[in-house]
Amino acid sequence: MGYVAVKGGTMAIEESIRRLKYERVKKGMVLEVDSIESGMRGLIDQVMSESSLYSEILAAISIKQAEGNPEEAVFLMRAYRSTLPRKHYSRTIHSDDMQVERRISASFKDIPGGQILGATTDFIHRLIDFDLMNETEEEVMGWLADFENQDTSAEDMDKTDLQRLPKVLDYLRKEGLLADCENDDREPDDVTRKSLKFPASRSERLQVLTRGQTGTVTSFAYASLRGYGQLHPTVGELRVGDLPVYVDNPVGSLDPDDAYFIGNVKVTEVEMLIPVTVKKEHGKKEIELEIGYGICYGQNETKAIAMGILDNTLGSTNPEFPTENQEFVLYHIDSVEATGFVSHLKMPHYVTFQSKLDSARKTKKADKSGAEEEMSE
Amino acid sequence: MNIAYNFAFFDEGSKREIRRSTLKAIAIPGYQVPFASREMPIGRGWGTGGLQLTLSLIGKKDMLKVIDQGADESVNAVNIKKLVTKTTGVRTVDDTEDATVVQSRHRIPEVPLKEHQILILQVPLPEPLRYYEPSEFVTQRLHAEQEYSGAWLMLFEQIMKYGHMSTGADHPVMVQDRYVMAPSPIPRFDNPKMNYSKALILLGAGREKKIYAVPPFTKVVSLAFDDYPFEAESFEGASCWQCGATGVFLDELIDEGTGETYHQCNDTSYCISRLNARPANH
Repeated sequence: MGYVAVKGGTMAIEESIRRLKYERVKKGMVLEVDSIESGMRGLIDQVMSESSLYSEILAAISIKQAEGNPEEAVFLMRAYRSTLPRKHYSRTIHSDDMQVERRISASFKDIPGGQILGATTDFIHRLIDFDLMNETEEEVMGWLADFENQDTSAEDMDKTDLQRLPKVLDYLRKEGLLADCENDDREPDDVTRKSLKFPASRSERLQVLTRGQTGTVTSFAYASLRGYGQLHPTVGELRVGDLPVYVDNPVGSLDPDDAYFIGNVKVTEVEMLIPVTVKKEHGKKEIELEIGYGICYGQNETKAIAMGILDNTLGSTNPEFPTENQEFVLYHIDSVEATGFVSHLKMPHYVTFQSKLDSARKTKKADKSGAEEEMSE
Repeated sequence: MNIAYNFAFFDEGSKREIRRSTLKAIAIPGYQVPFASREMPIGRGWGTGGLQLTLSLIGKKDMLKVIDQGADESVNAVNIKKLVTKTTGVRTVDDTEDATVVQSRHRIPEVPLKEHQILILQVPLPEPLRYYEPSEFVTQRLHAEQEYSGAWLMLFEQIMKYGHMSTGADHPVMVQDRYVMAPSPIPRFDNPKMNYSKALILLGAGREKKIYAVPPFTKVVSLAFDDYPFEAESFEGASCWQCGATGVFLDELIDEGTGETYHQCNDTSYCISRLNARPANH
């Protein structure tokens, strides 16, 4: 008589893990971590953003270990993040200091400083480039040399200071079309140190959204655009670039000039403009513009825009749609939580199922005896 | 790049933070204390709440037992034990009596627990009111106001529909006449074991970021009506085919050859110790 499959767990697990390694290496090739880091920017950016851990090298190792599965790679990064003591807080980063690589506005054609396309997939034709099958390092080096030469000459012609670009929204504020928001300098809540309470503060909302699973953030925002919400937003400004991170001297003064520069983080930042109808005195209605803010690690433009939309929908004081319901969005948007709970269904549920079975059988029995009683009556 | 992890995986600050929430949970029996649940190297939903409690409490002299749905050797129990021993070097045991810390998914062992033991239960859904109220904001208020008519109505409606309460595992309990609590999906059979338990019972929900507790010698009553009393799963007329035990929670198995149903103790270490205690010539 064979006992249930859970017996002999230890050996089965060891063999399963060996089998997994076999799947990763069976073709006899080793995927270099350097290759992942240099050629999989999109995946690395997505993984860093969902993990809320900015390290290209750790993301590359995780992607290698996870065989390119983003859900697994994010999981590895998050678990590693749990073990890191928090020793310093950076100085507040002002996104105006961004070293901009790309910057567009869908609201105005002529923006001060101009539209800067930078690197984007927006205008490529999605045709598989079969030449990539046989791309050689030699070719790449040659192309690179040409590119860099051309780049220097172009820079001479353009005098734009990429670190001092005016924000598009400031222009609207000057026009009086956008209400000035007051600076909120309260210490932000930290969702990794304190669990969410509702209504969630804006800092909590932004943190959960920026860590959200890319697909989920996008889909929720899409739902609110398409019909489950009444949003017709415009991209006020989208920027991709590097933000410098400074840490105060732990023993010295708090003078910004004494702070240490510890590196740059590449981010995508989006400011969405969302027209809303506001009731004024005597039932008069006016259209005002609200802002939705999105920011995430790496170049994740769709996610950042979607985050900007959700930032606005979650600010709703009278939620009508699921996308405006903080609990609905914030509780279900995290990759590690969603994938963890869905996949836990693979675990044995022998006891719980037995218990449900007991109840189900009782129901049937009750039905039968009930029917008999009716017959005899 | 070789990274050595701290004792019990977490940094000490994280462990202290979890213990602080645990102390609060013990001070308010049945109340769900929010805590800053960390991401763990095992799946969110695979016992990370229990694991965080275990790792925050475990010391070098502890003896750890981990069971999953009654079995010490179940793959997930093995996996959790492996992680704890890897990061602590603590000894693991199967016999319930020998353990100082028992982490369990969905069962309370058959052998009664004692004063020096801590039972840690893994919890998927800590909110007993979630079935009829999806919003956390609202359920927190319902608990604060001790407004539990929804929980009673849920049971009442089951009686109206099916003629009896049809909860499976996770039948809600009232703790010390104050908080309605999800006992985690233990079978109804195990609910009475919580009442005046000698051992401290801690419940951890990692994904839902809640810790709650039943301190030793606390009153725990399964919700029921005077005319519709609480009923555990029935194993009437069944006994374990291996050790002959009755009055324990049994797994229902099917003989591949004959297609007949037979039963076996769900608590594997209980069954094995009964088998070992038999005279050799039996």
